[in-house]
Amino acid sequence: MLRHTAARLLQAAGLVLAVVVLNFVLVHAAPGDPVETIAGASGGMSPELMAQLRQQYGLDQPLPVQLWVYLGKVVQGDLGHSYFFNQPVAQMIAARVPATLLLMLSAVSLAFGVGTALGVLSARKPNGWLSQFITVLSLVGFAAPVFWLGIMLVILLASVLPILPVAGMRSIDASGGGIGDVLDVAHHLVLPTLTLSLVYLAQYSRLARSAMLDVLGADFIRTARAKGLAERVVLYRHALRNALLPVVTVLGLQFGNMLAGAILVETVFNWPGLGRLAFESVLRRDYPTILGVLLFSSIVVVAMNQITDLCYRLIDPRIKAP
Amino acid sequence: MPLLARCTCRAALLGIGALLSLAQPALAADQPKRGGTLVIGSTQTPRHLNGAVQSGVATGLSSTQIFASPLRFDGQWNPQPYLAQSWRLADDGKSLTLGLRKDALFHDGKPVTSADVAFSIMAIKANHPFSTMFGPVEKVDTPDPHTAIIRMSVPHPAIVLAMSPALCPILPRHIYGDGQDLKNHPRNSTDPVGSGPFRVTEFQPAQRVVLERFERFFLPGRPYLDKVIVSITLDRASLVLGLERGDIQMLPFVTQSTDLKRLASDPRLSLTSKGYDGMGPLNWLAFNTAKQPLSHLQVRKAIATAIDKNFITRALMGGFATVSDGPLVANSPFAASDLVRYPFDLKKAGAMLDAAGYKAGANGERFRLGLDYLPGNEDQQKNVAEYIRGQLKKVGITVEMRASADFPAWARRMAAHDFDLSMDMVFNWGDPVIGVHRTYLSSNIKPIVWTNTQSYANPKVDELLHTAGSLIDPAQRKAHYAAFQKIVTDELPILFINQVPYHTITSKKLAQVPTSIWGPMSPLDEVYYK
Repeated sequence: MLRHTAARLLQAAGLVLAVVVLNFVLVHAAPGDPVETIAGASGGMSPELMAQLRQQYGLDQPLPVQLWVYLGKVVQGDLGHSYFFNQPVAQMIAARVPATLLLMLSAVSLAFGVGTALGVLSARKPNGWLSQFITVLSLVGFAAPVFWLGIMLVILLASVLPILPVAGMRSIDASGGGIGDVLDVAHHLVLPTLTLSLVYLAQYSRLARSAMLDVLGADFIRTARAKGLAERVVLYRHALRNALLPVVTVLGLQFGNMLAGAILVETVFNWPGLGRLAFESVLRRDYPTILGVLLFSSIVVVAMNQITDLCYRLIDPRIKAP
Repeated sequence: MPLLARCTCRAALLGIGALLSLAQPALAADQPKRGGTLVIGSTQTPRHLNGAVQSGVATGLSSTQIFASPLRFDGQWNPQPYLAQSWRLADDGKSLTLGLRKDALFHDGKPVTSADVAFSIMAIKANHPFSTMFGPVEKVDTPDPHTAIIRMSVPHPAIVLAMSPALCPILPRHIYGDGQDLKNHPRNSTDPVGSGPFRVTEFQPAQRVVLERFERFFLPGRPYLDKVIVSITLDRASLVLGLERGDIQMLPFVTQSTDLKRLASDPRLSLTSKGYDGMGPLNWLAFNTAKQPLSHLQVRKAIATAIDKNFITRALMGGFATVSDGPLVANSPFAASDLVRYPFDLKKAGAMLDAAGYKAGANGERFRLGLDYLPGNEDQQKNVAEYIRGQLKKVGITVEMRASADFPAWARRMAAHDFDLSMDMVFNWGDPVIGVHRTYLSSNIKPIVWTNTQSYANPKVDELLHTAGSLIDPAQRKAHYAAFQKIVTDELPILFINQVPYHTITSKKLAQVPTSIWGPMSPLDEVYYK
């Protein structure tokens, strides 16, 4: 078991390293550089000043040297300084993580909870009207692009029926603190959560439905029913537990996807999270910030996969470490 | 020429005038009231808040609230007293003497002295992106705590305008003079201290800036507002929505005609296009004159003749923009009316291309060109580029649009001079020395965006600009710039299309929204809620 864990950790570290190198090469392959962007934000800049900035940022060094220097720093836990904001990248990420975490957790809970529930509901009577209705709903949720959903929700809930705020995480003139602040954030959380979760909610409901239907047709369910167990027990204790396995697999895999979805949602809703930070840093070729966010996200995704493995064993004790 | 207040008496008069207008109670209903929070929406993300080492509207919007400058300017380019009560440009144009007011304090309570002015001007010279602005400044003498004499190596009349809030924030030497690199000074973002009407209480990068009234601001009774919040988002649509919902009360730098049309019809809002003369934003088509066939003047002239600027401003920009025919914005004191113009005439354009030796081939095509545009502003850039492509097709020039994914991608192409035609938006930045010379000087053909990437070179133009930049007599300067404008519009390194229709949209509850030449980049100490 210990050896297994160590092997997995080593594997994960290798994976993260590969991701860092790949990110570095890809990010630097994009046309334009941070100094040109800073000059752009300034409305023009003298060549001397630009050369000075390039030197200061080490951009005048050959790419392999830059990569080596970067790796050296990362190993020591230093993610560097943002070129654009001149702040430590680690500090910027730390400031943005809570917002993204809050958004993702609320979106995952909504998608996983409601999605699975809908799937199970529709699997109970696969040809009933409720099942049909849920299927249509999940199809729409599946097909609609996230940004479009976001805009439609804003128009409906923030403009036509102005009951929810348009964007941001807090009211513009919020003075902060106390229960009022919590409610304020919760109020702002509704639209982005809905937008981010709808696609996943649709996916989970379809997945849960088909997994449920699969399991319900299995022999052991027939046995359980033959034993005269209550339908509730058959459904939730015997069927659902087995049906959850594929749903959890997808949940783990989709964590990365959701992080990507968060970029769009955070941008549309001006949510001050990691996704928006990543997006804006790409627009500015703010290499240390982009790389920092990508490194952080890849660590999270790798960690999530490990956690998913663990969850397997909890749900189905028959699964053991190879 | 209003740009140059040459004698102290005039300055003093202006100062007295300003005081009188303050003291004079206007109609009771117009009496400014204290209080209220103004939320300004912006899509521009400031890197930090120190306008002494960072130009651009993003930083300018907040920096001009935090830091006071020696002078401020009204809507007619007239200098007004601010930190300086008097100013005098020497007859030889090589020194500017500032008489500072004695009661100005920084936000930490320390007095503003000539040492701070000297420190700031040298800091700006060394670190500000606009190297021509304080380029000729050699040193600043401080004979007493309230007199600063800026000494220049050559006559430099642009120095007076460079005293503006957007260009010359006065920094406290006791904070920024600690030897750290000013471009990366931590106090640029964290707790910056100035002597302006508002002090920073919160700065969250890419999110918001919260500014509160500085109670000991040197202009008595001002500012009227309790608080100014700059709320930053990348998404223009949510700002427009916020304005309609009343979450935001001021939205500067709006150019999109669809937004303008929609907001203009809202009875709770008012629109103004005043306040952008200083920035002087132009939308233009740049020619790469180093490349065939654009190196042929007749080809450039034919292209100019094939484009109907009126169609662009009326149809594409909903009538909010105005046509531009020269390198200076119409309201610049140096703008000339004697320009070479190219009346729209497709037939003539075709004939000009024939005459230049570019006859149409069997398929009607004469030659092919690539057309770039600055991404991010459909109205001013992409739509105009699409229209130009259609027009040039009509005269036998096949144009291939080259989209850029984002600003850095486009900027890289410009810097590499890797383009045939490119749409562009460029600012005059007040005095031509600061924002106009850079596009035309042959010494400024450099691998950098917003230099002379057109590779335009004319010794006569170089000479005219150099002379105009150092002449003291405004009338003579104007004459030189007029000659320059005539040559440039005749030789067409750039086809000027329109003035960018920047508008400021505000809630009707707000009064005295700044309409000076620096508009939103002016101190908001006079704004109040009715």
